[in-house]
Amino acid sequence: MTSRDRVADPFLDDAVPSLPPPRRRVRLDRSPVPVPETQGAPTARVRRRGPGGPERMRVEGLSVRYGDNLAVKDVSLSIHAGEALALIGPSGCGKTTLLRTLNRLTETTAGAGRGGRVLLDGVDVEQVELTALRRRIAMVFQQPNPFPMSIFDNVAYAIRVQNRKRPGRRELEPQVVDALRRAGLYDEVAGDLDRPALRLSGGQQQRLCIARAIATRPEVLLMDEPCSALDPRSTEVIEDLIGELRRELAVVIVTHNLAQAHRVGDKVAFMYLGDLVEWGDADQVFEAPRAQRTRDYVAGAFG
Amino acid sequence: MAVAPPPPVYDPPAPLRPAPRGDTIRSWRWSQRLAFAACWAAGLALCAVTLAIVVYMGVRGVQYLNPKLLFSRPTPGLQQHTTGGILDPILGTVILTIIGIAIAVPLAVAAAVWVVEYGKPAPLARAVESGIEVVAGTPDIVIAIFGLAIFQLHLFAPLSFTASGGGVFGRSFIAAGAMMSLIALPLVFGAAREGLMSIPMHLREASWALGKTRICTIRTILLPQIRANVATGSALGMGRIVGDTAVVVVLLGATLQLEPQGDVPILGNLRGTGSTLTSYVYGASPAGEGNAPQKAYAAAFVLLLIVLTLNFVVDLLGRRKESLA
Amino acid sequence: MIARLRQPWTDRQAAWRLGAVACLVLLIIVLMVAFVAARAWPVLQANGWIAWLGPGGSVDHQMGQMIATGQHPPAAAYHLRAWPLIYGTLLTTGVSVIVGLVFALFSAIFIVEFAPARVRAVVVPAVRLLAAVPSVIYGLIGILVLAPFVGNHLISPGRKDSVQNVVQIDGTGVLVAIVVLTVMITPIMIAIVVDALRAIPRAWTEGAAALGANRWEVLWTVSVRAARPAIVAAAVLACARALGEAVALSMVSGSRGFSPNPVDGITYLFEPIRPLAASMVENVDAINAPAVKASIYAFALLLLLSSLALSIGGYVAKLPMRRQGLRI
Repeated sequence: MTSRDRVADPFLDDAVPSLPPPRRRVRLDRSPVPVPETQGAPTARVRRRGPGGPERMRVEGLSVRYGDNLAVKDVSLSIHAGEALALIGPSGCGKTTLLRTLNRLTETTAGAGRGGRVLLDGVDVEQVELTALRRRIAMVFQQPNPFPMSIFDNVAYAIRVQNRKRPGRRELEPQVVDALRRAGLYDEVAGDLDRPALRLSGGQQQRLCIARAIATRPEVLLMDEPCSALDPRSTEVIEDLIGELRRELAVVIVTHNLAQAHRVGDKVAFMYLGDLVEWGDADQVFEAPRAQRTRDYVAGAFG
Repeated sequence: MAVAPPPPVYDPPAPLRPAPRGDTIRSWRWSQRLAFAACWAAGLALCAVTLAIVVYMGVRGVQYLNPKLLFSRPTPGLQQHTTGGILDPILGTVILTIIGIAIAVPLAVAAAVWVVEYGKPAPLARAVESGIEVVAGTPDIVIAIFGLAIFQLHLFAPLSFTASGGGVFGRSFIAAGAMMSLIALPLVFGAAREGLMSIPMHLREASWALGKTRICTIRTILLPQIRANVATGSALGMGRIVGDTAVVVVLLGATLQLEPQGDVPILGNLRGTGSTLTSYVYGASPAGEGNAPQKAYAAAFVLLLIVLTLNFVVDLLGRRKESLA
Repeated sequence: MIARLRQPWTDRQAAWRLGAVACLVLLIIVLMVAFVAARAWPVLQANGWIAWLGPGGSVDHQMGQMIATGQHPPAAAYHLRAWPLIYGTLLTTGVSVIVGLVFALFSAIFIVEFAPARVRAVVVPAVRLLAAVPSVIYGLIGILVLAPFVGNHLISPGRKDSVQNVVQIDGTGVLVAIVVLTVMITPIMIAIVVDALRAIPRAWTEGAAALGANRWEVLWTVSVRAARPAIVAAAVLACARALGEAVALSMVSGSRGFSPNPVDGITYLFEPIRPLAASMVENVDAINAPAVKASIYAFALLLLLSSLALSIGGYVAKLPMRRQGLRI
């Protein structure tokens, strides 16, 4: 192509005047970028492991069906006190269903069926009376759901419901304050415990739900993506809280966030489309996964 | 530990069994079991009462209603077989409903449009809404008495019967119809307002962006969209009008037959008095003068059928709107 | 003028015209209150603002005297002590609303939670149907079925004789009036409470269940507690309807301005009463007599003020609930 054959380009031809040079001098900011406090990858933060302890719950060959759809297929794992088990996997893989089966919440859905066993301290959960079961296995949901009552009434709810005689406020107060302290919320709400709970911020509401769940000192705490609706600051606070809580309870946390599972979990179980693909220590699953699918998921190939 | 132990080998998964039911009542406290029993008792009593009312009215109605009644005019008489039928009351109900809705719907829709679309100054709009709520909560007997107060003024003499002594009677179909419109107004207003507020803003903005004035947008776009809402509100209003007795007894004079006032064909009827199904039932029951329980049952049955039909229409409109949405 | 109206409206014109219509509606309402108050003025003036609500003689007798005084009554003819009517109104309305509310609450809980699906599919439309039935039909059933049943089977002849000197009891009276009024106002309360219970977010009920509460506790401590604003609204609505119920009550309540005496024991339930609205309907034929007219308007003013007070009371009752985050 010669210059004669070139099509007139309005952007290159001189017929179009170019823009005048800028009036002000543009100064580039060359100050040094501050070095972040934690060096390296966020997941390489020094993590304290949970102390580990006796087995609290065991899942044996559990299968759960919703109508014709098999949501959980033949899953077996065990949950120990003193450590946190993280359930990871892409959406729809059955991890929430598995969690809800542990405290028999799946029964509220019509058309649900199950096979296999879930044992709590060696006793099949179906043999244990339902409300007694749920007093030993507490649950925190994805969306914070404080009741439309005051903060005090929210935390005291579980205690009131689980006692034959209604305890008075003076008896309840130390237990409520203790639960709020363990949940790390007491300092922020100590001034007025009768404030409506719905006026708190999202992170505070979720901590209130955690306080409510641990008020009666359950043995197992189930958490269904507790931080997915929260901002990063609140997420950090709650992850630290989980680190504290797992010393006394067994914690099972379902999470979408692989980095969070690595930070928080001691054991990790990876589920895919209802199957338990891999279950083991967090370090092992994330750094040396045995199954190919786990390797792909951890590397971010899907999910 | 580095490697998790392999899960123990189990038998093939047991066939899935249905989930066990939720907590049983065996674990509840005594007070809670008592409350459970109370709920069941209340529910069963509710079913029983409903069934009793529906069946009883149906049986009596079928027993006493024959088609001859529907088409013959009532006549005063001492014996049951000379007191005629219920044609005039039926006509009275129809006329009153038409007048009431004809006045209520334009007023209510105009007010709703102003409150939602214009609404300045804002305190005035809130006052109009509160005022209509006050009307909704007012007993119908008070509205009837108020109507009497208005229509007995000499200003409104042409609208009703004037006695020879110069006292304005204050009772006519027009008077009763006007007050019935006041009864139906809050229902149509509420329905129209709900319809207008549920239309998303971007429809209006699209029309304004094309250069249409607000009133043109309202007329051509918004009003056709709330037709179903206004129809539902009108059906509810009609149900209330058809079932209202106090306004009829006070403002319609409760004469047995339609008594026109003057010779002008339609206006005379509207200025005159008459009865509706509700006042006929009231009059024919032992509480009124008629003491004709069989006719009362027949008229009550017809009334019930009309109200059920209107309710059914409201349900139908509601369901059609849901299926379209 | 019609031609000018038919030309396309500008926005400013439309705002004025529609605003005028809306203000017309408001004007009618304000006129209503003003007219009723103005017409009631002679009675209030002659008797004192509060005194006419008190007891003092037979109200029927006083109304009869008013009718007899004709077109130009002297000031003394306005004498009225309406306590028996007010007592009748308070008795019927109060008891009906309380009984109806309890019944409606338990029925609503039954419908929402414990009823089998087939029963629920039948009961919910049935409740809406009952709410739409005209009041005169309830009055008819009351007077043709309930009153004879009570009069013939529940009241012994001995009881009738015992009060024969004072009043006739024939079945219509306090008991039948309360029963009919309760049946009339309960369906609308059930409908409101059922809608409110169904609108409770699942997050709350699931959260409560996960904390170890059984079905009843979840219902009572979370759902019913969160539905309190709707329960208040239902109670206010039912109260307003009960206050204004004229025709059905005039058919079944005995139609005598009589104050039943609780000391009479069971007979108390059978004595006749006449609530305010029923009195208005029954005396409306004599409204041409100015004294009667003023009395009737005074009753109407009292009913209007009670409706207003009820609305305000309902709003005030819901304020603390709003603070906790409950909508409505």
